[in-house]
Amino acid sequence: MNPVLQQLADLLGRFGLVPGLRPLVVFLIILGALAALVAGALALAVKRRWVRRSTAAFWLFVLPWVLGFALFTLGPMLYSLWLSFLKWDLINPPSFAGTANYRAALHDPLLGQAVKVTLLYAVLSVPAQTVLSLAVALLMNAQVRGIHVFRTIWYVPSLVTGVSQTVLFLWVFNPQYGLVNGLLAHVGIKGPAWFQDPDWALPAAALMSLWTVGGNMIIYLAGLQDVPPDLYEAAALDGAGRWRRLWHVTLPQISPVIFFNVVTGLIAAMQTFTQGYVVRQAGGAPSNSLLFLVYYLYQNGFQFFRMGYASALAWILLAMILALTALIFRGSAFWVYYESASPRARRARVRS
Amino acid sequence: MSVHEISQAAPAPAPRRTRPRRENAGRRPPVSSVRRQSRAGRAASFAALTAGSVVFAYPFLWMIATSLRTRQGVASGGVSLWPVQWAFGNYAQGLGSFPFWRYLGNSLLTTLIPVAGTVLVSSLAGFAFARIPARGRGVLFAVVLGTMLLPAEITIVPQFVLFRELGMVNTLYPLILPYVFGSPFFIFLFRQFYLRLPGALTDAAIIDGAGWLRTWWSIYLPLSKPILIASAVLQFMASWNNFLAPAIYISNDRLKTLPLALAGFTSVNGTDMPLLLATTIVVVLPCVVIFFAAQRHIIGGISFTGTK
Repeated sequence: MNPVLQQLADLLGRFGLVPGLRPLVVFLIILGALAALVAGALALAVKRRWVRRSTAAFWLFVLPWVLGFALFTLGPMLYSLWLSFLKWDLINPPSFAGTANYRAALHDPLLGQAVKVTLLYAVLSVPAQTVLSLAVALLMNAQVRGIHVFRTIWYVPSLVTGVSQTVLFLWVFNPQYGLVNGLLAHVGIKGPAWFQDPDWALPAAALMSLWTVGGNMIIYLAGLQDVPPDLYEAAALDGAGRWRRLWHVTLPQISPVIFFNVVTGLIAAMQTFTQGYVVRQAGGAPSNSLLFLVYYLYQNGFQFFRMGYASALAWILLAMILALTALIFRGSAFWVYYESASPRARRARVRS
Repeated sequence: MSVHEISQAAPAPAPRRTRPRRENAGRRPPVSSVRRQSRAGRAASFAALTAGSVVFAYPFLWMIATSLRTRQGVASGGVSLWPVQWAFGNYAQGLGSFPFWRYLGNSLLTTLIPVAGTVLVSSLAGFAFARIPARGRGVLFAVVLGTMLLPAEITIVPQFVLFRELGMVNTLYPLILPYVFGSPFFIFLFRQFYLRLPGALTDAAIIDGAGWLRTWWSIYLPLSKPILIASAVLQFMASWNNFLAPAIYISNDRLKTLPLALAGFTSVNGTDMPLLLATTIVVVLPCVVIFFAAQRHIIGGISFTGTK
C-alpha cells in the first residue's frame, strides 16, 4: 500500500474502522474529493456565467462514468504506456529501459507462438461462427413454426461460457471417455487426442467456440426480420429465385449486422484467455498450443512479474486489434450496404 | 399533473423502429405469397434445424446425464444419455468438497454490486447524452464510442499496480470497483432508447418543476425497463463468469469466486467426471434460471444491441 494512503488507513483505524473496510473508505475519500472538486468547479463556472446550467447538469450526470473512466481506463492506459518503457519486477525499484521491452518482443519466440495461436484462432473461429449463426438464423427465419423453441435451444448453450464451458469441453473432447471420440468410435474412427495433442488443441478450441454462437444468431434473426418484405416481392416479380433473393436482397440488407458481429467477434477472439488458462491448468495444450496472447501477457505480468514487458505486450495486442479493425472497416466499404447512404457517398467510401 | 402522474400517463414508448417490424415472429401471419415456401422447402429447413438442435443440445444434456451417474455408470454409459443412475449424491459430494457457500457469497457480492452500479450509472449517463443539451456533449460521446473498441486487457497491469497502492490485492474490491462506473456499451444502449422517447416528456416534467435528476429517476428510468433488464442480465453474465480478474487478484482460498474454484478443480479432482460436471451445472444454474425468467427481455435486448 502507498505510504500516504497507509497513514490515512491507519488514521481511519484509530476511529475504529475494521481493517477490511479501510482500503474501501480510503478509495471513497479519494473519489469523493475528486467529485467535490469537479462539482465545485462547475458551480463556480455557472455562477460566473461561463457555462449554462444545463451544461453543468450534463457534466454532473456523466461524472460517475467519467471518474470511473479516468481512474480505471484512461489513467491506467497512460501509465501502462510509461510502464512499457520500464524494467520492473514489483520488488526492486523500476528502472528505465528505453525500447528494450519492444526490442525483446521482436525476438521472443514465445510471443511469436502467442501471436500465431491468437490469429489462427481468430481466423478459424470467427468465419465459422459467422457462417453457422447466419445459416441457423436464415433457417429459423424461413421456418415460422416452433421458432421460439429452436431459438431457446440454440441460445441456452451460450449461458455456459468461460470456465464452465471449458471444463465441460475438456470432457467432451476427452480422448478416452469423451463425447466426441465416443461418437467417432461408433462409426469406426479413432478420434485425435484433441486438447492433449499440440496439433488438435487449437481446432478443438475453435470448435468449442461454435457452441456459444446463440447470441450472434439472435442478432442475425432480428436483422432478418427487419428486411422490408416488399423487397422480396419486387425481386420475386422480377423473377428472382430463392438463392438470388438470398444473395441480392437478404445478404446486402443484413450486411451491417454481419459487419457488427464480425468486428465484435474478432475483438473477442483476440482477447481469449480463459480457454488457454483452464486447459493448460488441467494438463492439456502441450507445447504452448493454446498460448493465447492475453494468457502470455498474464504469465509475464503475474507469474514472472515482468511488469514492463507485460505492458509492452498489452500495447502490441491493442495495436493488433486496432489494425485488424481498421482493415475490416476499410474493407467494409466493398460489402456493407447502408440504406441511407447515397450512391455517391458509397463510392466515396470505397475510394477513400 | 404531478411528475408521478406524468410517468403513469406517459404515452407508450415511441415505436422502437422506423420500419414496421414484427416483434413476435412466431405469431406473424404469412406476409405474402413470396414468403410462403413450398411444403418441401419447409420440411427440409425444419429437418435441418431439428438435426442441428440435437447436435447443439446434446453436450448440455450429456452434461446433466453424466452428472447424475455413478463412476461405474460413466464407464458403461459412455456417450449415451441413458441409462442414468440418478446419483443425486454427486451434487452434495461435489459441493461438499469445497467451501461452496462461501464462494457463492463471494460470487454474488462481486456480481450483484457491479450489476446495480453499472446499470444506474449507465442509465444516468445515457439520459444526459440523450436529453441534456450541453457543450462538449458530442465530443464526450465520441470518447464513449471509442472506448467500446478498447480491450480491457490493456489496463490489467497498471490496474494491478493501482490496486496494490490502494492495498486491495487479495481482496474482493478489484473484482467490484472497476465495474460499477458504467459501461460505454450500456450508455450507448440507454441513449439510443431514450432518444426514441418523445421529447415532450422532458418538457412536461421541467414545466412541472422537476429537475433533471427527478426527470430521469421518475420518468425515464422506469420507462427504460427493457434496457434495464437487458443490461443487468448482460452484466450479470459477464461478472458471474469473470475469470481474468479473480485469476490475477485472488490467491487467498477464502476469497475465491465460483469460476476460480471450478478452474482449480480440473487439476485437483479432475478425474471424477460426475462430481466435476455436477459442480459445473451448479455454477451455470443461476445464469440459466435468469435466462428463463427474463427470456423475452434478454432476446429483445440482444436483438437491440446488434441492430442499433
